[in-house]
Amino acid sequence: MYKVFQITNLKKDFGANQVLKGINLTVNAGEVISVIGSSGSGKSTFLRCLNLLEKPTDGKIVFGDVVQSSAETIVVSNCNVLDAAFDVTKYRSKVGMVFQSFNLFNNMNVLKNCMVGQCKVLGRSKEEAKANAIKYLQLVGMDKYVNARPRHLSGGQKQRVAIARALAMDPQVLLFDEPTSALDPEMVGEVLDVMTTLAKSGRTMIVVTHEMGFARDVSTRVVFMDQGVIAEEGDPQQIFTNPQQERTKQFLSRVL
Amino acid sequence: MGFFNTVYKIITTYWKQLLIGVGNTMLIALVSTIVGLLIGILVGIYRTLPPARNGFVRVLQKIGDVLLAIYIEVFRSTPMMVQSMVIYWGYAFMSGGKTLPLLPAALFIVSINTGAYISEIVRGGIISIDKGQFEGAQAIGMTHWQTMTKVVVPQVLRNILPAVGNEFVINIKDTSVLNVIGVVELFYQATVISKFTWATFETYAVVCVLYFVMTFTITLILRRIEKAMEGKAHFDLVEAPSKEAM
Repeated sequence: MYKVFQITNLKKDFGANQVLKGINLTVNAGEVISVIGSSGSGKSTFLRCLNLLEKPTDGKIVFGDVVQSSAETIVVSNCNVLDAAFDVTKYRSKVGMVFQSFNLFNNMNVLKNCMVGQCKVLGRSKEEAKANAIKYLQLVGMDKYVNARPRHLSGGQKQRVAIARALAMDPQVLLFDEPTSALDPEMVGEVLDVMTTLAKSGRTMIVVTHEMGFARDVSTRVVFMDQGVIAEEGDPQQIFTNPQQERTKQFLSRVL
Repeated sequence: MGFFNTVYKIITTYWKQLLIGVGNTMLIALVSTIVGLLIGILVGIYRTLPPARNGFVRVLQKIGDVLLAIYIEVFRSTPMMVQSMVIYWGYAFMSGGKTLPLLPAALFIVSINTGAYISEIVRGGIISIDKGQFEGAQAIGMTHWQTMTKVVVPQVLRNILPAVGNEFVINIKDTSVLNVIGVVELFYQATVISKFTWATFETYAVVCVLYFVMTFTITLILRRIEKAMEGKAHFDLVEAPSKEAM
């Protein structure tokens, strides 16, 4: 079991506004971590810092890059993401991201959405990329929609395609930024089902979410963030049934 | 009935000259709009580059930015008629009397002029694209160039097509100013014909109609292209995608 992320003292300022005040977290391969907390607690910023959509102000992110893997051995090279010489685009292709607002490419159909990154970033052939895209579109139940454009799809369908697009890059870890927050209540279930399937299949996931059911039942660890720091973390049972911190108790009493 | 007789005579006698004028005007307008669009897109991509991490490269980037800004402002702030005089005679001055061949000179002048305007149109188009499109592309590891060429510019093109069409129509009409350096476009032909015929009003009436036919045809064609770029309003479900897709 290798460490996907070792995050130490991660800080992010927006001008005078300090959003992250020193986050420390280690993420092991295969873990499903739910990050919960009120709006403005910094959870989305934290996630966006991980793939450098936001540039952290200070701190360290060490990424366990799998350079070679077979049935018996995994060779991991630890690299500092914030190093000036670090190859950001290559790194991002290994860290899948699913956004609240889907961000599917509006000028491409569903299949092309899932192929373009594979072809342009990973240099895969069209045939290989297509086969891989369809494999994951089947997984999320959207394979019939290969010809559809994003504007033809409902929110839930878009989000499932967005998950397939991220998976098609064969990333080491998946980041979800409030993946169900922009969805109608009746569509939340279809997206959570897909995410549950992924979690059960042993994928490493970090999920910023307001879905307490998912956090409690699916994740292996829950992180509660408050005012830019991790206020409490632990296994879901403990956090939800026996929170230690006063602010965790307050938050849970409001949302449960 | 003198008017129609004269018009008839002008057309039958000078149809060749008129056709050459129409042809050159269309050629200059079409090539310049396309080249201008390419300039505009490249400038737009350059100006939206994220600041480089390397300090030296960042300085170069900044200098490029300033040069581009100067280019855009200079060409937008001076009349094309003056620009053509300055470039044409400026070249002759520097080369000791040699002049530029007329058609290439015309293409060059109108292209860089159009490029300055379209750069601003493209910039507006890029700004209007949802930030999520950029982030979606960055998050799967695309470079700025890939993000722009694969995701952003195709969407920008569709949005700016009406404005670019506008530029095209303006170019068809504005090539007329190139007569000051003697480019054989439609207006130049009109001045020549009217000197032969002494029928100034009738000659320019014919030319007027020709300009209108050109611009209106282009407008109709652009509407078609716009429609086609919108894509289908519906899509078909695919039962066995692995065989049929794409």
